[in-house]
Amino acid sequence: MITAAEPLPDTVDGEHALVLFTQMLRVRRFEEKSAEMYSKGNIRGFLHLYIGEEAVGTGIMQSVAPQDAVVATYREHGHALLRGIPMNAVMAEMFGKQEGCSRGRGGSMHLFDKATRFIGGNAIVGGGLPVAVGYALAAKMRGTDAVAWCIFGEGAMAEGEFHESLNLAELWQLPVVFCCENNFYAMGTALDRSESETRLVEKARSYRLDAEVVDGMDVLATEAAARRAADSARSGNGPYFIEFQTYRFKAHSMFDAERYRSKEEVHEHELHGPLRTFAARLSASGLLDDDKRATLEAEIAAEIEAAVAFAEAGTPEPVDDLTRFVYSEVQP
Amino acid sequence: MNSSEPTAMREITYREAAREALHEALTNDERVFLMGEDVGRYGGSYAVSLGFLEEFGPERIRDTPLSESAFVGAGIGAAIGGMRPIVEVMTVNFSLLAADQIINTAATYLHMSGGQINVPLVIRMATGGGLQLAAQHSHSLENLYAHIPGLKVLTPATVEDVRGMLATALADPDPVLIFEHILLYNRKGLLAEQAGAVDIDRARVRREGTHVSLITYGGSLWKCMEAAELLAQQGIEAEVLDLRILRPLDDESIIATVSKTHRAVIVDEGWRSGGISAEITARIHEQAFYELDLPVQRVCAVEVPIPYAKHLEDAALPQVEEIVAAAKKVVNGHD
Repeated sequence: MITAAEPLPDTVDGEHALVLFTQMLRVRRFEEKSAEMYSKGNIRGFLHLYIGEEAVGTGIMQSVAPQDAVVATYREHGHALLRGIPMNAVMAEMFGKQEGCSRGRGGSMHLFDKATRFIGGNAIVGGGLPVAVGYALAAKMRGTDAVAWCIFGEGAMAEGEFHESLNLAELWQLPVVFCCENNFYAMGTALDRSESETRLVEKARSYRLDAEVVDGMDVLATEAAARRAADSARSGNGPYFIEFQTYRFKAHSMFDAERYRSKEEVHEHELHGPLRTFAARLSASGLLDDDKRATLEAEIAAEIEAAVAFAEAGTPEPVDDLTRFVYSEVQP
Repeated sequence: MNSSEPTAMREITYREAAREALHEALTNDERVFLMGEDVGRYGGSYAVSLGFLEEFGPERIRDTPLSESAFVGAGIGAAIGGMRPIVEVMTVNFSLLAADQIINTAATYLHMSGGQINVPLVIRMATGGGLQLAAQHSHSLENLYAHIPGLKVLTPATVEDVRGMLATALADPDPVLIFEHILLYNRKGLLAEQAGAVDIDRARVRREGTHVSLITYGGSLWKCMEAAELLAQQGIEAEVLDLRILRPLDDESIIATVSKTHRAVIVDEGWRSGGISAEITARIHEQAFYELDLPVQRVCAVEVPIPYAKHLEDAALPQVEEIVAAAKKVVNGHD
């Protein structure tokens, strides 16, 4: 347990703080259930868990407006849930059922939802950045105040698409918030083994973006940073870059033997995990006790059980539909 | 189109026809904008968009940095976001720098999202050899994209098609790639005064014949037309089929011409190995094997990177004499 946790500052609304905690907890428990479903064989393929990084997505999503788009990566279950894609649809997608948010065609790495402008789950590292830039370009040309939220890992910063996209977004002053989830490992390659300059904000600043680095394990810090970014991008100040320093508690995917880091290192980070520390602060502020925690856990567990039941009861898409949607069905 | 009144025609270059198509698209739909390297102040590397920046302004005629992946991907994002972008990639060779966006993103999103996210994007690019631009500006890689489900691949060879395909491509809900052969820009053709949108579904017979089918597209069409003329002087009536669209291929028209002439020569500036000519040959065998009197012949680029020196470049690319020779071989049964 964290000892002597600091209470929340007075400026933080207690009810809102509980909402943040609940959202993080919901993602955590969903991911744990996903791992369980994977070991049972209900989920196959690649499965990338967000455990340890929940404060990042949770903080970001507080500032994502309905008209905004979210472009995410293959580690996007948390973002999808936080953006408001129903848990049933996300779980059914991972079960490969047609009730899934991508009809079971995308799986864990390719969650899509047109209604909430969740434009993927992109599993090409760096591939989502140009798309987010384009969405922001459309928003600007159409005169809306939509912002494109582009979420990627620090591994993407070694890709050319990162550099091309930041340059273009700044050159054209587009409303994109580039959210780098720096968990310090690009799959198994540590940051200092892949980047000559590990101060990632410097790369963004070199393209003249407003950029900041925040503690990605502190949901109040991530929320505040995302709000600053949203205000800036929405008011016409061009793109914004945030490095969220975080840590992945679980393996890269279910195929990862984790030879590249020690158990001690993982354990050390877990001690300072986003849920653990925030729960302690909520307790210190008198906002969360054992009863309240148990109630939250029970509500989330019930939702997750319902999602699993929904996914299990889901139907496989008929093979006859395999070639549907290679091209649009409504042609001019 | 088929009114009984004689259609007034005018002579126009392919470049000018491409320009008219773009001008019309920009004028008719405020969602349409053009972006790419040097499309604005420079006027387009092949001068197709000269003057557009002044007329439509920098918001809609966007010069981009040399960032093919970013601006093609931005086209995808803008298309998803409600615009109708036309992205110009200077040559097909450079499009490989954007292959991730075209193949992994534009071509996959609709299917991978279960039918939710379509990408109404048009990408234009120059293709082909013949200007001594050597091995990084002369290749015909359209076949690479014709391999990809989710894309449509257009190869306008005539002034009507380059004038009319763009509007149809822009109305299409899915990504469409338009390949303009570099040797065509200065070529003149006759265009109806009322020319407008054309279909992007069917191949077209450009010359009727009964003895042999020359199946081709893009820049090679005119070499085939010239070959057909020479063959006619020797008593061989060649039918010339312009594929127009490499994906989806119009099997019906291919099978129809082969069933008529029973002999086929496929002419392609791409390489033979794994090329569109191989695909067409396979389809003929699958669907019309017993219609063939003799095996299909192919005239393709020699399997080398296209060289600079004129005599070597000429030797590497399909030429009229080779087409004539291949046609005679398949008609006469020998060289």
